[in-house]
Amino acid sequence: MVRDALGVGVAVGLSGFAFGVTSAGAGLSLLQTCALSLLVFTGASQFALVGALAAGGNPFTAAAGAFFLGTRNAFYGLRLSGLLGFSRAVRPLAAHWVIDETSAVALAQSDRRTARLGFTITGLTLYVLWNLSTLIGALGASALGDTAAWGLDAAGPAVFLALLAPMLRSSPERAVAGLGVLLVLVCQPVLPAGVPVLAAALAAPVVLAVHGRTARGKDGRQDSQEAMRG
Amino acid sequence: MNTWIAIGVTAFGCYLFKLLGLSVPAGALERPVVRRLAALLPVALLAALTAQQTFTDGQHLVLDARAAGLGAAALALILRAPFLVVVAVAVIVTAAVRTL
Repeated sequence: MVRDALGVGVAVGLSGFAFGVTSAGAGLSLLQTCALSLLVFTGASQFALVGALAAGGNPFTAAAGAFFLGTRNAFYGLRLSGLLGFSRAVRPLAAHWVIDETSAVALAQSDRRTARLGFTITGLTLYVLWNLSTLIGALGASALGDTAAWGLDAAGPAVFLALLAPMLRSSPERAVAGLGVLLVLVCQPVLPAGVPVLAAALAAPVVLAVHGRTARGKDGRQDSQEAMRG
Repeated sequence: MNTWIAIGVTAFGCYLFKLLGLSVPAGALERPVVRRLAALLPVALLAALTAQQTFTDGQHLVLDARAAGLGAAALALILRAPFLVVVAVAVIVTAAVRTL
């Protein structure tokens, strides 16, 4: 378990380097870049925010995309709270480390003691490495000069794609992803910066509504068939 | 200044979501429709962000070296390459196509 926790920590912590470079390339200062990793500490939201700021969106629409990406951490917290059983005093501190990787490691453990240990080791390793590598990346970006010449502007979307890929297991997820892509590309030329991504978020409720209706339709047909057989 | 506002709002909002999950009684957000929506929202956003940061430049739709880099990254994902390899492949291929 300790090896799992350290492995996850090292792999993801290192991608903080890509974040540092991307953020510096997007025009954020060293202090701003490091503040994001220290205070936000959830990678997808950070990449989304610097991408939106680079595109020139206003601060609130830029933050909104990052904010919606952060909603999933609330659901990790829900599943973790019973397992970890942290006291009221520890919760506000532990909350900062509730992210994809710490949740994956902690939820894979069978008892409270190892779950707490996994959560703490992964959280600590990730936090230290993510912030250190952000700093190195941001410093490195200025040494590299034009980050686009090094292809580093492809790091952000590649991170998104790598996070997205394991989520595309079933057809509703694929439909949402496809509709999201379509919406953002259609909206990009006509809506102000930052808004197209928020418009694309509508793909989730739309597909959920359509899927729910067709699923109910099928159930209804099955019910009537069974009723006829009966 | 605008950047600091965005950082502050994002940090506050993201922390609030994390704390909310740990603090509300289990079951409060466990309605199936809420859970399904919470699972699908990141899918929509990540897909949109991938497409936006690959195929747009400002308000224009473009097809440039990044598309090749992301295509290579997609191939790496299909071959089950680890996270860091996927990102590295995207960066290297994008840089290589730009030198052509």
